[in-house]
Amino acid sequence: MKIAVCVKQVPEGTSLKLDPGTKRLDRSGEGALNHFDANAVEEALRLKESAGDAEVVVVSVGPAGAADALRKALAMGADRALLVSDDAVAGSDLVATSRVLAAALEREGADLVLFGQQASDSDGAVLWAAVADRLRRPLVSQAAELSVADGSLRAKRQTEFGYDVIQAALPAIVAVSDAINEPRYPSLKGIMGAKKKPQETLTLGDLGVDVGQVGEAGSKTEVYEFSLPPSRGDSRKIEDDGKAAEQIVEFLAEKRLV
Amino acid sequence: MNFDLTEEHELLRSTVREFAESRVAPVAAELDRESRFPYELVAEMAGLGLMGIPIAEEHGGAGADTVAYAIAIEELTRIDSSVAITVAAHTSLGTMPILLFGNDEQKRDWLPQLAAGQRLAAFGLTEPGAGSDAGATRTTASLRDGQWVVDGSKIFITNAGTDISACVTITAKTGDDEISNVIVPNGTPGYTISQPMHKLGWRASDTRELSFEGAAVPEGNLLGPRGAGFRQFMEILDGGRISVAAMGVGLAQGAYDLAVAHARERRQFGQPIAKFQAVQFQLADMATEIEAGRALVYRAAWLKDRGRPFALAAAQAKLYTGELSNRAVNAALQIHGGYGFMEESPIARFYRDQKVLEIGEGTNEVQRMVIARHLGL
Ligand SMILES: Cc1cc2nc3c(=O)[nH]c(=O)nc-3n(C[C@H](O)[C@H](O)[C@H](O)COP(=O)(O)OP(=O)(O)OC[C@H]3O[C@@H](n4cnc5c(N)ncnc54)[C@H](O)[C@@H]3O)c2cc1C
Repeated sequence: MKIAVCVKQVPEGTSLKLDPGTKRLDRSGEGALNHFDANAVEEALRLKESAGDAEVVVVSVGPAGAADALRKALAMGADRALLVSDDAVAGSDLVATSRVLAAALEREGADLVLFGQQASDSDGAVLWAAVADRLRRPLVSQAAELSVADGSLRAKRQTEFGYDVIQAALPAIVAVSDAINEPRYPSLKGIMGAKKKPQETLTLGDLGVDVGQVGEAGSKTEVYEFSLPPSRGDSRKIEDDGKAAEQIVEFLAEKRLV
Repeated sequence: MNFDLTEEHELLRSTVREFAESRVAPVAAELDRESRFPYELVAEMAGLGLMGIPIAEEHGGAGADTVAYAIAIEELTRIDSSVAITVAAHTSLGTMPILLFGNDEQKRDWLPQLAAGQRLAAFGLTEPGAGSDAGATRTTASLRDGQWVVDGSKIFITNAGTDISACVTITAKTGDDEISNVIVPNGTPGYTISQPMHKLGWRASDTRELSFEGAAVPEGNLLGPRGAGFRQFMEILDGGRISVAAMGVGLAQGAYDLAVAHARERRQFGQPIAKFQAVQFQLADMATEIEAGRALVYRAAWLKDRGRPFALAAAQAKLYTGELSNRAVNAALQIHGGYGFMEESPIARFYRDQKVLEIGEGTNEVQRMVIARHLGL
């Protein structure tokens, strides 16, 4: 069985910056593996461990720096990494990104493609749907449990009201929820060994994707303007020392809200 | 000239940082309050390969370099010193003597379980009458019927008395004017270990007094040639200083991070106290000194990794970071005001944990003596 896991490098830290010139996210600082994707990597490794015989390949579309995110996935235990990096891809929205990713996944021909539930920078949570549509594959999102047997997968899909239990034939695409597992830390041995694992970098040309179909040209989204949400003004923080509830009620009463 | 760490070092740093923040931080205060040894964390760190970082893979370690080791110790100390010293003492003091001076059989007997972190090792140098003057050891080991019979006592020994402690390597007089290192396994009849000592800091780490009354170990437990003990322990201390120096940087960084967070949050006179220049200057000084200290530590580690003389650099790093961490916790607590004096705030623990960095593995004064000697004075 071949499992492909799509991962993204996201800016590190909690405060994201937008570049007013390009109207894009500022990716110049330090980056890290999107933590939602760590759940997908972990799930792939668990499936591999229970299947005994499987290959886990991690795939990313991004700038050269995205190799860091791939390396972390390799250190966790993935077997191989594939990075699609091409200057023309910069500025792609999800329509364009899904085109590139679908082309890379087509080339890999994995039995199972895993995604994290969303990327912590753009928080779109739809890329996997776009990729599934392009590849015409069954899709399960918000998977909180996943198993594979006899050419099909079984997933428990988390919903607002409980769980859907879904069975789908492979090849298929699954976006896992962040509740599905607790990602392992890379061991020191894994870290030291990551460099020796195969890491391939492809351009759009290698994938046969036309430059005009990606980047801003290939995107359906246009950013006209952006602004920061208004600051919350004077806020009050209540630490719970056992009386927090009382204090909140008092505050609400003071504001005549209760 | 290149100041970049390797990709492996960067990934190790982010991994240990994440581990320390999500696994160690939530329990650090409780372990400290209860003076409870962190068995669960040691097991987790063993799983990640952190209990044998610079030990070669053939001996069951991770086979990483000293720079990697320093980074890991720094990141652990940034969150909790007790956990960090447990790793550092096990590695630099407990495991190293066997790795550096052991014969094949001793390495085979001890290293795999130590490097994998299943068992812990200790190094017993200090005695009630032999501290800075470690060569003044009075403990004796005499060869009788093919056994070394040990009599004497040791004090302040880290990792000697845990449930998973395997052995202590001790310095002992094997003749007039002759010091040798001998491995004494835990459980050896005549080797008794005191209750944990009550400490100002490092409370979750294991510190014991050891006494030996006719404790007999096989002749083969002698480490290296007879009489080489003095040179051996000096070499162990040279290397150990790098990890204690890394603790100084990590502790200062942790104190700085706490102080910055508090200064941004705490408002007085209508604004966050971080807006006051007096507070900013303290933080600016701290950040500057931390960078200087880190550079000294990494350089000492880098020299060691290249097989170049590093003893002077290690002593300088240990001295500087010991004193800088003192200034850092002092300023950081001051920035916390009264909240910092309360045990609920982590900075109080950092403040207590700091002092020993200027004492253990050679006091500040001893570092200055070592440095002066290297300077040919
Ligand atoms: C928590 C903890 C853990 C420890 N773990 C270990 C361990 O695992 N293994 C181990 O062997 N030891 C361990 N030690 C012991 C430690 O290494 C010694 O405490 C240290 O070397 C200092 O020795 P001392 O305490 O006897 O102080 P002393 O040597 O009595 O020093 C007292 C003071 O006199 C000063 N002084 C001494 N000689 C001179 C001189 N010639 N010139 C100027 N000043 C001088 C010292 O600098 C110091 O300020 C540990 C200590 C502590 C506190």
